[in-house]
Amino acid sequence: MNDGKTEITVTVNGINHTRRVEPRLLLSDFLRHELGLTGTHVGCEHGVCGACTISLNGRSARSCLTLAVMADRQEVETIEAQGTPDNLSRIQRAFQDHHGLQCGFCTPGMVMAIADLLAHHPLETDEQIREGLSGNICRCTGYVHIIEAVRELARERGPLK
Amino acid sequence: MSKPDYSDVTMRPKMVGKRIKRTEDRRLLTGTGEYVDDVQAAGMLHVAIRRSDQPHARIVSVDAAGAFDIPGVVGVFDISDFEGECQPAVPTSRMKDYYATPTWPLARGKVRYVGEPVVAVVAESRYVAEDALEHVLIEYEPLPFAIRQVDAVKDDAPLLHEEAGTNVIIRRTFERADVDEVFRTAPHTVGGTFRMTRKCAAPMENRSYMAQWDKRRRSLTLYTSSNIPGVVRDVLSDCLGLSSHQLRVIAPDVGGSFGGKGSLYGEEMLVCLLARKLERPVKYVADRLEDLAALSQGFDELIEAELALDDDGHFLGLRADVIGDVGAFSIYPWTAALETVQVISFLPGPYKIEAYRGRIRGVLTPKPPTGPYRGVGRPSSTFGMERLVDMAARKIGMDPAEIRRRNLVRDDEFPYRTAPGIIWDRSAFQECLEGACEALDYPRLVEKRDAMRAEGRWVGIGMASYAELTGIGSRISVAPGMPINTGTETANISIDATGVVTAAFGVASHGQGLETTLAQVISDQLGCSMEDVIVLHGDSSLVPMSTGTFASRSAVLGGGAATLASHQLKAKVLKMAAILMQAEPDELEMDGSIITARSSNQSLTLKEVAKAVYNQMGRIPRDQRVDLVVQETYDPYLGTACSSTHMCMVEVDPGTYGVRILNYVVSEDCGRIINPMIVDGQVHGAVVQGIGAALLEEVIHDDDGQSVAASLADYLLPVATGVPDIDIVHIEAELPNNVGGFRGMGEGGTIGAPATIANAISDALSPLGVGIDKLPATPERLFRLVEAAKAAG
Repeated sequence: MNDGKTEITVTVNGINHTRRVEPRLLLSDFLRHELGLTGTHVGCEHGVCGACTISLNGRSARSCLTLAVMADRQEVETIEAQGTPDNLSRIQRAFQDHHGLQCGFCTPGMVMAIADLLAHHPLETDEQIREGLSGNICRCTGYVHIIEAVRELARERGPLK
Repeated sequence: MSKPDYSDVTMRPKMVGKRIKRTEDRRLLTGTGEYVDDVQAAGMLHVAIRRSDQPHARIVSVDAAGAFDIPGVVGVFDISDFEGECQPAVPTSRMKDYYATPTWPLARGKVRYVGEPVVAVVAESRYVAEDALEHVLIEYEPLPFAIRQVDAVKDDAPLLHEEAGTNVIIRRTFERADVDEVFRTAPHTVGGTFRMTRKCAAPMENRSYMAQWDKRRRSLTLYTSSNIPGVVRDVLSDCLGLSSHQLRVIAPDVGGSFGGKGSLYGEEMLVCLLARKLERPVKYVADRLEDLAALSQGFDELIEAELALDDDGHFLGLRADVIGDVGAFSIYPWTAALETVQVISFLPGPYKIEAYRGRIRGVLTPKPPTGPYRGVGRPSSTFGMERLVDMAARKIGMDPAEIRRRNLVRDDEFPYRTAPGIIWDRSAFQECLEGACEALDYPRLVEKRDAMRAEGRWVGIGMASYAELTGIGSRISVAPGMPINTGTETANISIDATGVVTAAFGVASHGQGLETTLAQVISDQLGCSMEDVIVLHGDSSLVPMSTGTFASRSAVLGGGAATLASHQLKAKVLKMAAILMQAEPDELEMDGSIITARSSNQSLTLKEVAKAVYNQMGRIPRDQRVDLVVQETYDPYLGTACSSTHMCMVEVDPGTYGVRILNYVVSEDCGRIINPMIVDGQVHGAVVQGIGAALLEEVIHDDDGQSVAASLADYLLPVATGVPDIDIVHIEAELPNNVGGFRGMGEGGTIGAPATIANAISDALSPLGVGIDKLPATPERLFRLVEAAKAAG
């Protein structure tokens, strides 16, 4: 079929999805509009704000700067895999406990970024925590409560400096 | 009329005052919230908008033929396609010397700013619609323009709206006493020209609209990211000629607004018109460039102001001449008076100043209209006033805290009427100042600064005191002269046959957590458990008249309406329970959804009472049975003062000219706190927006009228590395005389922070003779100021 589309198979939250997509289709649009996973939000489409952060093969990535075809035969995880309203993940619970969200639009991206930070980065000092969060913009919270939540999560991993 | 007794409001608060985790969080944390762009409908079409690339031009022709070569394009529309299908929204006002510019869905005849919507392409997907945009040819005849307010205000400036006959569409002066005489005889005067540049509210969710036409009912549903769905319903009903049966406006989860989504947009009209015309669902979601270019913008005043004082530091008089750059249109419904007039209404701040003259001219320029942005007017006025206060202190050699102490309205002077007519009810003006001084141990902080300064470091302390009028009732409109009512709020609370409490409001929470805080109020006032309450909001069909959430009103007005309605509903529940329990209503109490009798150990659950009322025939005599439904509207009439002092220390890096905020405290009086966690979150977020305004954020239009900010890499928002930890001191002075004792507090941080940081930087650079009169204080600006000061020797 020569409709300019490419067939891709992407593993999203453990499930394989095969679709024919235009090569220019953004991964964020693929997730939101092709798969209906609207938990991933789009805030700038420039890769600046971080709202669209997902996990690509275990590391955080901007889904607005990734083409869907680049995720062919890759593992994608989105906020929908983190937890459910009745069973929040540890990060999500920390956000609720510390009031780390207000409007909630940046929150899925924040949670996905923090999952990566906790898995791969030192978060022993406030500077490290702030640096780690600096790729995700939140316009509501002023970051104070988010930082508190991450401090608590980091403390569970090991002592802070 | 006797004053109603709300004493039991204070008797046994259980949920109010507690750090209750938010009800909203579970859905928002898991991506199961629903923002407008998440709303799906079968057969939905997508809109892309071709926006003006000209600041001021006549539209000569639109040629869209090429667009139809793109498969999937359904239609291309300019304003001529809606002739006879809509009326413009006109933001009328009772103010004299005002001209109301009409808002249309697309540009009509002329374009008046870069970014103004001109042509809409409708297609099967957004990708296709954007492809087709490039094939739309618009021919313009450029017209002369004045992009700067100082030029646009001149008599011979090119006119943006010829019908107005002038670019100055709003004028206002407040005057008390002979201020010029005061200045002639005052021992000391200080003055300056202060400028708070244009800001973009930049909520993380861009504006999003989806309209759906129901052929069967001939009715329209608009899903909008607006924080004023009620206002949008009322005006669109007129513009589109639809009765309110035919128009429902829903704001589902909304990804922040900060005022940016708090006005009517042409694009909201547009999607409605398209959905009705095409009889298909139509969605438009702005991208970031479009929101940076065309979201209503904030502030942008040029404030020329002077303060007169005596040798003891007492303020004698204040006079100011302000030019507000209102952009190309007067925004609906707030008008161009909202931002501009508030600057001169609030310029005297929380201080006693007898003699005053504040004059404002709001002038049209070819830029996006200014509209509400968190703090409205007062971030500008507080910046100007608080700089003057620090300049005055410096001039007479007085400590900045002391000069504020001497001039802030004192306890025994409330209620205090300011020169522009604002009435401050008793609020902790003085206590907030002392609270901030104590929190940072001010005397020690001064020593520390001096020691660091002795090492050659550019370190400074800044503070700012302000008061704002919140929770405003029907006595005055939120925007002066505006014809819509913002002074009441309605709660409709019902208990259904299963014993569940549904509370519907006209407010529209977009991050404030009202589903939680209003449920806390209802839980206490009705006596039900929080889990039994669901709060509905953000939907024009819930209550007969609604506006939305803005102007720090929802806790005061929504909380007040919730309290009034809960009391009446409780009386109904107890009356029914009394029949069932063969007791007198006043022997009964309800708590945690359980009704108990004081004189016996009888009890009933709310569910049992509801069942008896609705489902169990004969249990309640039919002549005594009442539905468990109450609708009440609250009007606090006057507003209430919310006051605060901010203080911080900053260091300017002599290498990079970057500003580091070393500490920050907010000391504030917001009355009774419903949920301390949410209040703190509001303060943090607002302060950080103020930090953005002080150090980073600026919408720049170049001399050609082009907006320079095209992405969030150009328009810089604060990130986690650039903000300090923020201490908050809550001071509860006498509770305000309104139902509930709440004061509005969502905006304050943005009001105080720019002035505080400007004062701190000015203090840090005072050894060089540099003072800040323009924000943001970017590294480049600071570098130039320091270089100029050095050159001047």
